[in-house]
Amino acid sequence: MQPVPEQAGALAGAAPPFYARLLPGYAQGNLSDRTYALTIGAFGLSIPILFALIVIRVGGAAWPAVRAFGAAFITGTRWDPVSGEFGALPFIFGTMASSLLALLIAVPLSVGLAIFLTELAPRWLAAPIQFGTELLAAIPSVVYGLWAIFVLVPWLRSSIQEPLANSIGKSIGLFAGPAYGSSILAGGVILAIMIVPFVSAVSREVLAAVPVAQREAALALGATRWEMTWQIVVPYAVPGIIGAIILGLGRALGETMAITMVIGNRPEVASSLFAPAATMASVLANEFAEASDDMHLAALMSIALLLFGITIIVNSVARFLVWRVRLRGGR
Amino acid sequence: MSAERMGSTPRDRRRRAMSAFWLAMTGVAALLTVIPLLLIFFHLLRAGLGSMNLAFFTSVPAPVGQPGGGVGNGVLGTALLVGLAALMGLPVAIGAGIFLAEAEGGRLANGIRFVTDVMNGIPSIVIGIFVWAWVVVAMGGFTAFAGGVALALMLIPMVTRTTEEMVRLVPKELKEGALALGFTRWRTTLGVVLPAARSGILTGVLVALARIAGETAPLLFTAFGNPFWSARLDQPIAALPVQIFQYAISPFEDQHRQAWAASLLLIGLVLAMNLVARFLIRSPFRSR
Repeated sequence: MQPVPEQAGALAGAAPPFYARLLPGYAQGNLSDRTYALTIGAFGLSIPILFALIVIRVGGAAWPAVRAFGAAFITGTRWDPVSGEFGALPFIFGTMASSLLALLIAVPLSVGLAIFLTELAPRWLAAPIQFGTELLAAIPSVVYGLWAIFVLVPWLRSSIQEPLANSIGKSIGLFAGPAYGSSILAGGVILAIMIVPFVSAVSREVLAAVPVAQREAALALGATRWEMTWQIVVPYAVPGIIGAIILGLGRALGETMAITMVIGNRPEVASSLFAPAATMASVLANEFAEASDDMHLAALMSIALLLFGITIIVNSVARFLVWRVRLRGGR
Repeated sequence: MSAERMGSTPRDRRRRAMSAFWLAMTGVAALLTVIPLLLIFFHLLRAGLGSMNLAFFTSVPAPVGQPGGGVGNGVLGTALLVGLAALMGLPVAIGAGIFLAEAEGGRLANGIRFVTDVMNGIPSIVIGIFVWAWVVVAMGGFTAFAGGVALALMLIPMVTRTTEEMVRLVPKELKEGALALGFTRWRTTLGVVLPAARSGILTGVLVALARIAGETAPLLFTAFGNPFWSARLDQPIAALPVQIFQYAISPFEDQHRQAWAASLLLIGLVLAMNLVARFLIRSPFRSR
């Protein structure tokens, strides 16, 4: 007779041991197996424990500022450590503006690249391009920042910002001057370059997961190659592509070094793309090591907590969407 | 191919033209994403190569504002920090990866898997702040040890997930065969399953080490940086990415030159590790 777990526990006069729930297969093993189960179980559990420690530590350190400012912390527009005024809105604005601009640039490029690689490119061309985008993903953020400071920003200033600011910028606030160079625009462009590899890699994966039968059916009905791609393949993969885009957003929101080096680091809510700004990550990188008084530290901790919370929500949503498409494509 | 069947009414001709146009646009998109890569490498080589000499690798930074000096201490510091992170992070990551592979379904395992993925998405600067609050405050100052902890925390979720996937790729028959021969479960895992997954896990480890070697943000308030030679774990330590950052935002021409050279060096290191990892993935010995 096979004892059901409850009975086995009752016979031994104890509840089923913890490791039996962790790794059911090991519960009946000998001492060494049970020790092994406990060991790797402990390693497994250490990850959520580390995660909880991060939440508790950052949350605890942020608490004084949360209590002192409340919701006004998020809506406040003045950030002045000297006079003890802490409003995070300029940083939230800068983060959102640069990330959304990055998505605006990166999404058409990444989806186009992904379609090109899955539907059009011959193998001899697809392989090196894919290798190239993988290299882009491996370049450290600080190297992007260096390149952006000395190559991208001067180019943007002289070829994009100055001509635009001097022409349509006079009537359209979004392109109003003066053209400093370091700006939301520069931040958005460098972020776009940095997230393209991730968005295109995941998009390519979900596009490739669309069943061949769907494509063949479309072609058999007389669709052109593009009609098949755009009206059949892409809609099928849309939830996964949205997941890929949100994943890219998650990276853009948390990206620190490159954006700190080019966004200008001025905590203001500006209406022009050419104006300098600051992001949640950049203010942390700039001020944290020098923050000495307690409220300044707690305010910075609150920004870290906010950034932490936003990226967790964004990443969870993205994972869920990508996971769902993979599940569907796998059938 | 479908051109003959589609006929040549004006509508069909327009559809064919649209198809050709949009497909060409995807090619343009592909081209536009490759251009920054080429530009970055071009500028790195042009600005960095000339500044590389023996002194650049073997000496410490010159006093601020003076030309000369090198990033030898940063190379040593980065090697030390990455080694420290590997020492602390890899056992946890590989152990947790084996656990996830063995526990497969189950609500607890799925929960841990999800937390691992979420942790992978935590901005590195937040990791740095957490380690500051946790280790730096406790130790009373910036230390190499704290830098190692920060990098280890970034390493763990990455390596855990690749280990899990590589262990899962090992054929079930191999494991069942070993169990049928009377191996205990732990001997099966450590003696049969892990060796079969070895090169895959090593690949994941190398890619993750390459990534943390280039991290700057979590080191800003943990390892902090140090202009002198130091290999002490209880003192601040230099790191190549932090030096690049400081040189890049400094006003001195000579430091900009060194930032390019240091970036070229860092990229070389990172890409070499990635290339070795790619070679391992293609190795015929991968899953015997």
